[in-house]
Amino acid sequence: MSAMRGGVIARVVRYELRDVIKSRWLLGYALFVLLTTDALLRFGGGGTRALLSLTNVVLLLVPLVSTVFGTMYLYNAREFTELLLAQPVRRDELYAGLYLGLALPLALGFLGGLLVPFAYHGVDDASQWRLLATLALTGVALTCVFVALAFAIALRTEDRARGLGVAIAVWLLFSLLYDGLVLLGVMLLGDYPLERPLIAAMLANPIDLARVLLIMQFDVSALMGYTGAVFEKFFGNGGMAVAITALAAWVAAPVLLGARAFRKRDF
Amino acid sequence: MIEIAGLVKRYGRLPVLQGVNLRIARGRVTAIVGPNGAGKTTLIKTILGLSRADGGRVVLDGVQLNGGVDYRARVGYMPQIARFPENLTAAELLRLLKELRASTDHGRGTPDEELIDRFALGPQLDKPLRTLSGGTRQKVNAVMAFLFRPELLILDEPTAGLDPVASSVLKDKIHAERRAGLTVVLTSHLMGEVDELADDIAFLLEGRVRFAGALDELKASTRQATLERAIARLMTQEAA
Repeated sequence: MSAMRGGVIARVVRYELRDVIKSRWLLGYALFVLLTTDALLRFGGGGTRALLSLTNVVLLLVPLVSTVFGTMYLYNAREFTELLLAQPVRRDELYAGLYLGLALPLALGFLGGLLVPFAYHGVDDASQWRLLATLALTGVALTCVFVALAFAIALRTEDRARGLGVAIAVWLLFSLLYDGLVLLGVMLLGDYPLERPLIAAMLANPIDLARVLLIMQFDVSALMGYTGAVFEKFFGNGGMAVAITALAAWVAAPVLLGARAFRKRDF
Repeated sequence: MIEIAGLVKRYGRLPVLQGVNLRIARGRVTAIVGPNGAGKTTLIKTILGLSRADGGRVVLDGVQLNGGVDYRARVGYMPQIARFPENLTAAELLRLLKELRASTDHGRGTPDEELIDRFALGPQLDKPLRTLSGGTRQKVNAVMAFLFRPELLILDEPTAGLDPVASSVLKDKIHAERRAGLTVVLTSHLMGEVDELADDIAFLLEGRVRFAGALDELKASTRQATLERAIARLMTQEAA
């Protein structure tokens, strides 16, 4: 029975992959990442500097593209979803198939765009390898998080313009507004010890989480002053495991939320 | 074959089905008719499990539907709107459905691809679906409904968007399968089409069944010669 279930997911993934991989949007996204990486490696002055610049691309672009692509895909696939649900297929299986079928090509597009330029420009040393690997993994993790958030939002919002609006608002909140709010809090409450609240605030935002994971790999965390010291201490004490667990939870929570909405939804 | 009792469905606060009772006989063609917004598509989608009812029950061959999916191996469905993943081809789509049904399809025989030839779809099968016209996609839609030799066929506005030739082909196919014992449920706005295809009719208005029975019965009881006039009579009676 479980083999049969896995079969349904794999089949949906395979055909969706075939559809998405031919989409011009995905091609454009992969090319953009590729050209940016190539340009930074060519003119950015050294692999490490290029990698540092690339963190910003990963932290802004990957969530945005995953959000927009995820929302639009689900709305466009509405009739396709209906057709598949009229087959002897369980909703959970179909949901898993639809999710993986989109998250997978997006992650592959990102990885291709990032890794191909490094393949022909070369990687200098072991520390650069570690940076590149962290960058690749956080990019994939953010793809999974934001496709899941997009699905959860699109499944709960009937109107596609509103759904897209809400999804972009969530992206804006996590990528830009959140840090401003945290900073405001720090300024207002500067007289109090803020180590723990700051760590909590970081764990509660997947983009901040990814940012800190990345920054900690560079030798620039000292530049982050007070907060840098807080995180240094946190990660020194096994915080890395906590951070990775939190990022995994950030994938799992919206996936489950979306699955619940998918189970109850009327098509 | 299908017994629907007290079926209730709301979208938010908007009531769509307000206690639908209906029996759909095996081996006959039942047309569900009614004005826009009467709940025809919602009723069909509830039978398919695409929509979840808020109350009441649907019983298929004595088994109440409760979220299980296996019964859909015996059902073919032609939705009203034919929109498919843009970059797949019709051939790929058909293959996906075959693979999805492979494990539940024991003893159903080879897929019924007669309509592919009848519609002359062969040359279109390997083109991306986004390049096909709306009518051609609707033909693909029809092919998929008959593909797995269903016992129950559910068609939502089947001839909408089809040209007269394709429309006739589809109607001939429905007649042929009906003679072979298939049960058909369809919705339509075209009374001529209903007259041509249906044995039984269910008239849906504001979420309730206002008439259910044989076509001839309806014509006799309203003393009208054509179905269109009989339905019109029914609607004005309701209004009075």
